Amino acid sequence: MNVISRRRFLKISGVTAGVAAAGAGVLKGSQLLSSSDVMKSQGMQRIPTFCDICFWKCGAIATVKDGKLWKIEGNPEDPLSRGRLCPRGTGGIGAHFDPDRLRAPLIRRNDRGKEEWVEVTWDEALDFIAVKMQAIKKSYGPESIAFFSHGIGGNFFKHTLKAFGTPNISAPSFAQCRGPRDVGFRLTFGEDVSSPERTDISNAQCLVLMGSHLGENMHNTQVQEFAEGVGKGATIIVVDPRFSVAASKAKHYLPIKPGTDLALLLAWMNVIVKEELYDKEYVKRYGFGFEQFAASLAEYTPAWAYVETGIEPERIVETAREMARFKPSTLVHPGRHVTWYGDDTQRSRAIALLNALLGSWGRKGGFYTPASMDVPAYPYPDYPKPVRGKVDNPDHRYPFAHETITNGIREATITGKPYPVKGWFVYATNLLHALPNEEETIHAIQNLDLLVVIDVIPSEIAGWADVVLPESVYLERHDDLNVEWFREPFIGLRQPVVESPHDQKPNWWMAKRLAEKLGLGHFYPWKTIEEYFEQRLSAGGYSLETLKKQGIIRGAKQPIYFDEGVPAEFPTPSGKIEFFSLQLAQAGFDPVPRYTRPPAGPPGSFRLLYGRAPVHSFSRTQSNRILSDMMDENEVWINADIVRRYGLKDGEYIRLKNQDNVISNRIKVKATERIRPECVYMVHGFGHTAKGLKHPFMKGASDAQLLTRYSVDPLMGGTGMNVNFVTIEPEATHG
Amino acid sequence: MARFGMVIDTAKCVGCMDCVVACKTENNVPEGFNRDWITTEVHGTFPTVQMEIRSERCNQCATPPCVYSCPTGASHVHDVGGIVLVTKEECIGCKACIASCPYDARFIHPEGYADKCTFCIHRVEAGMDPACVAVCPTHCMHFGDLDDPNSPVSKLLASRKHHSLMPEAGTQPSIFYLT
Ligand code: SF4
Repeated sequence: MNVISRRRFLKISGVTAGVAAAGAGVLKGSQLLSSSDVMKSQGMQRIPTFCDICFWKCGAIATVKDGKLWKIEGNPEDPLSRGRLCPRGTGGIGAHFDPDRLRAPLIRRNDRGKEEWVEVTWDEALDFIAVKMQAIKKSYGPESIAFFSHGIGGNFFKHTLKAFGTPNISAPSFAQCRGPRDVGFRLTFGEDVSSPERTDISNAQCLVLMGSHLGENMHNTQVQEFAEGVGKGATIIVVDPRFSVAASKAKHYLPIKPGTDLALLLAWMNVIVKEELYDKEYVKRYGFGFEQFAASLAEYTPAWAYVETGIEPERIVETAREMARFKPSTLVHPGRHVTWYGDDTQRSRAIALLNALLGSWGRKGGFYTPASMDVPAYPYPDYPKPVRGKVDNPDHRYPFAHETITNGIREATITGKPYPVKGWFVYATNLLHALPNEEETIHAIQNLDLLVVIDVIPSEIAGWADVVLPESVYLERHDDLNVEWFREPFIGLRQPVVESPHDQKPNWWMAKRLAEKLGLGHFYPWKTIEEYFEQRLSAGGYSLETLKKQGIIRGAKQPIYFDEGVPAEFPTPSGKIEFFSLQLAQAGFDPVPRYTRPPAGPPGSFRLLYGRAPVHSFSRTQSNRILSDMMDENEVWINADIVRRYGLKDGEYIRLKNQDNVISNRIKVKATERIRPECVYMVHGFGHTAKGLKHPFMKGASDAQLLTRYSVDPLMGGTGMNVNFVTIEPEATHG
Repeated sequence: MARFGMVIDTAKCVGCMDCVVACKTENNVPEGFNRDWITTEVHGTFPTVQMEIRSERCNQCATPPCVYSCPTGASHVHDVGGIVLVTKEECIGCKACIASCPYDARFIHPEGYADKCTFCIHRVEAGMDPACVAVCPTHCMHFGDLDDPNSPVSKLLASRKHHSLMPEAGTQPSIFYLT
């Protein structure tokens, strides 16, 4: 079996470990029908595929009964789901039945944002797009088209747009989510935490969660391993201004003041270094610049941190010792959505450094080294070389951004600098909820000659599009192969389980068709998507037939820890773990993390925090009638004492007004003992305003609408979004 | 005689509602209704808070008031495992069972009959766990024969602290929560 470890892969192909762009073949309706046995089915059939309700890509088996989709369950062969999907995945069939779905291609017939459309044929829609693209190319160059994407389904459009000649390929998952974490870990260990995270939660004897709300945030394998840890009696330390579900499982719950996590991290490291509790051999062997780092910690005593964080010095010392006791099987979880305060890369770096002190990187119960199967990319022709570089990060003002900055593209679209951006393609990401400051996004959109949105539901961003392309949901389509980097290597296949109910098409079909209309047909040298799979799989020595039958092909288990023989290599400039970072110093940044107190809000206001519910993904599932039956609107969590003082009642509707006088939709008060009094919290993704989202329309409030301010991370351009403050407005005054 | 029951580990449960969703799809529970639900009990004052999260449903009581109150015999105790079931063809939708159930476990299905958890009898008879147990990503739910001292559920009850819901109602619930 061809299996390579991540390390070897990095050496072979540099650091661009992304999935190869994929192409697709044109499938006529009848071919699509015969491509999946289930289409002819009577009685019961079980078809393996993988989930798309979030990006975790769990292997699943769908059951079709008398031609109708009945249920979907985890594929026991799949290392991610381990036979059990999360609630969103289990409710995924609701995406197929969703009455609010987009049904046919649409072209705008009134002002942008008015959501008035003409239904057109696929040829009309794609011709319209191709003509506009060529006009943009002629006037401004191909680089003036940008792509915003989410998930594996974006691969085919990425391919078409790269073939067209643009380097501006982005995803909010970097600058609005995990980017600071990945940069912070790269600066320290030379490698990312990647996705799925290489965290060895199930073997951790001590697990530290900083604002990371596993159990509410349902990344399946992470939650399964977390529960395993709880069952095994792992020592859990939770740091959160909110008494999260995870906090209720913790031995130590530290109710931190929002925005002060870095102070706590520095104080923990102060204790561990001062009391010499760190893994000395590991640090000596692999560390660079430890002395300077250690000296920099002297001022960050637990007594100092108490003032910042509100956590008593004794508890800081106690938890630091607890972490050290279990080293190296202590995992300080790096989190995922970490764009909070604008100093997020440095905070993530502090998390990396704390793990380094505990010797957990590369060790059992810490961070393992993932492996992947060797499935070569399809041998495409070379992409044309863009004449101009990426538009998002002129002069590398964010020197450590290793992916494209979405908000950088937005800014360039507004200013026309360093060059104009005239076309946006948006795939499966609701940019108006994903990026902070809606007004800026709308301003940028007004400068476009073309906005194309490809999605399954009529999201808010779709409402602003010139052309909307309705996609088949994941249960009705193929997608690129999932060649996963994980604890054990495997390949996953997504294949259609049922037919699309209307005129929806798979993304690969659209992307290939568009390429042909742009004269780029030679970038799709094969006719059907199965031909594409066949080519890649056989080049790796695998069989498509097997994959279709099993859904998953697993590779042999690989060594994943240093102790098992994985070479301890750190692709940093020094080749070591960088406690002190010369590259940061050279770029004018703090070479070791330093703390600055986050600015307070206006008097009488509450800091607005947001997070996830286990039954919804972003703003993409609220019209799924199975999931909306689990949670139909969000609530604003307010400390019970505050609720009393304001004379409010639990369950009563209020509105929130932010520092820029933006007023939210009405939202129910959740009076609770589970949150600090100076902040409020809501689940992200509600308060929809798109007319086509009939079921979730105006249910609950949108945090995104209130995030008018954001604090940009100077290292990588990420948008810290926990910097907004709200006041409580009784609903009666807005009747 | 077997007596089917569930043992649910509240230490592991995260309240994600996967059990509720799986029940809904497995049993085609109509929109607007659910046969199981999550209860979160919070005690204390911030930041000294304790919380118990429970996956709840019909307790499949050994002394079932719903069966005793049913005028037609639609609500009955099944001969396999003592599961309480409703024969929908015999149900007249009078709601006497709903009024008598201390756990609020029943609802009137839009088609007019009383509906509730069946312990997924169709799965259990085929040798599978109920859908909620089989789906749980935290593995906090266990299903089995409470009358068999060697069953995993009996062993868990013998080795861990547990409680049931409203034992004072005298219903003898078959669902137990480990703490
Ligand atoms: S974590 Fe849940 S939603 Fe995400 S892929 Fe897995 S089952 Fe689907």
